[in-house]
Amino acid sequence: MPENCIYIARSSAIAARALAGEMMVMNSVDSTFFTLNEVATAIFQAADGHTPLREIVRDRVCEQFDVDPEQAQADAEQFVAELSGHGILLVSNQPLASETPR
Amino acid sequence: MAAPRKAACVEIGGIPIALSTDDERFLELLRQRYDGFLSSSRPEFELEFDLTSAGPVSDDDVRVRREGDEWLLERGDFHARWDPRTGCGTVRQNANPYSLDSVLRILHSLILAQRGGFLLHAASAICDGRAYLFSGVSGAGKTTMTRLAPADVTLLTDEISYLRPSADGYSAFGTPFAGELAKAGENCKAPVSALFFLEKGPENRVDELSSAEAVRRLMRNILFFAEDQGLVEKLLDTACDFVARVPIRRLTFHPDARVWDEVRNFQGVPQHA
Repeated sequence: MPENCIYIARSSAIAARALAGEMMVMNSVDSTFFTLNEVATAIFQAADGHTPLREIVRDRVCEQFDVDPEQAQADAEQFVAELSGHGILLVSNQPLASETPR
Repeated sequence: MAAPRKAACVEIGGIPIALSTDDERFLELLRQRYDGFLSSSRPEFELEFDLTSAGPVSDDDVRVRREGDEWLLERGDFHARWDPRTGCGTVRQNANPYSLDSVLRILHSLILAQRGGFLLHAASAICDGRAYLFSGVSGAGKTTMTRLAPADVTLLTDEISYLRPSADGYSAFGTPFAGELAKAGENCKAPVSALFFLEKGPENRVDELSSAEAVRRLMRNILFFAEDQGLVEKLLDTACDFVARVPIRRLTFHPDARVWDEVRNFQGVPQHA
């Protein structure tokens, strides 16, 4: 496993609904509310805890959206760090159990 | 010997709640405060107020969470417990009407969330038999809209709108929760025709919002305090349902009475009709 391998999973303490290509996410702990754009939604939906982030970016972002792979990876890491800070995503360098249904 | 407890039944949004106390002056205060919303209906819920053991008031923020089967409602000026199985609860607070208002709002927000309704930071009024909601950030014009309302318009609230699902959409109810107008709404209800998010501008105009933007704005203005996964799931479902069933628009308005012509003539359909 590469040293910089990142695994992401959706927290169980959230509610999420897809609407018109965007994902609405609400944290049940502090009622903060987020909307994710299409790229962020693709990453969020693929956050199953056992697919490395790099693979998600390659298969779900670069395949579907016209983006530079390196830039996409950097943006994804920033997005993951931000949502992790709000308790929406769990992040680890080990595989995680996904806490919510897709 | 302890004084006997007396109760006033306050019915907001069609939900009668008995408020009981052994303090005559507090009872009189709440009768005055909720005049127009007092009811002789059989209470669905009951809150017992204890004014004698309230601790010192602090600046602690509101926190609403489950503890076993009960809900715990806490803020620096009150501490309340409510058991949804029995419908009964106790409140420790001083004889402060603002604390009382807050406890009632939180309790209604919990009851409504279970029933597919919600409290919205919005003014609302009935015009030609239909309810219109006006929401937005502080200063966007909620109170201005109610001040500009023609004489035949019935004010439901200038601060907190009360919404419940109905057979053909949602109904808005009057509330005693007043904002800058310092005036309770009328105790009546009407089917909701539209929700407008207000912005002040040089002219009156109504613009479409995407459904995602409508949900985003709606969620930011719903009063919800509970740390509870199940209720949050339900609330998000309710918000999506509301957007699908009620037209939601941005209303840019110049603050004069002509904006009500725009409201009266509005013929919108929901984003996902």
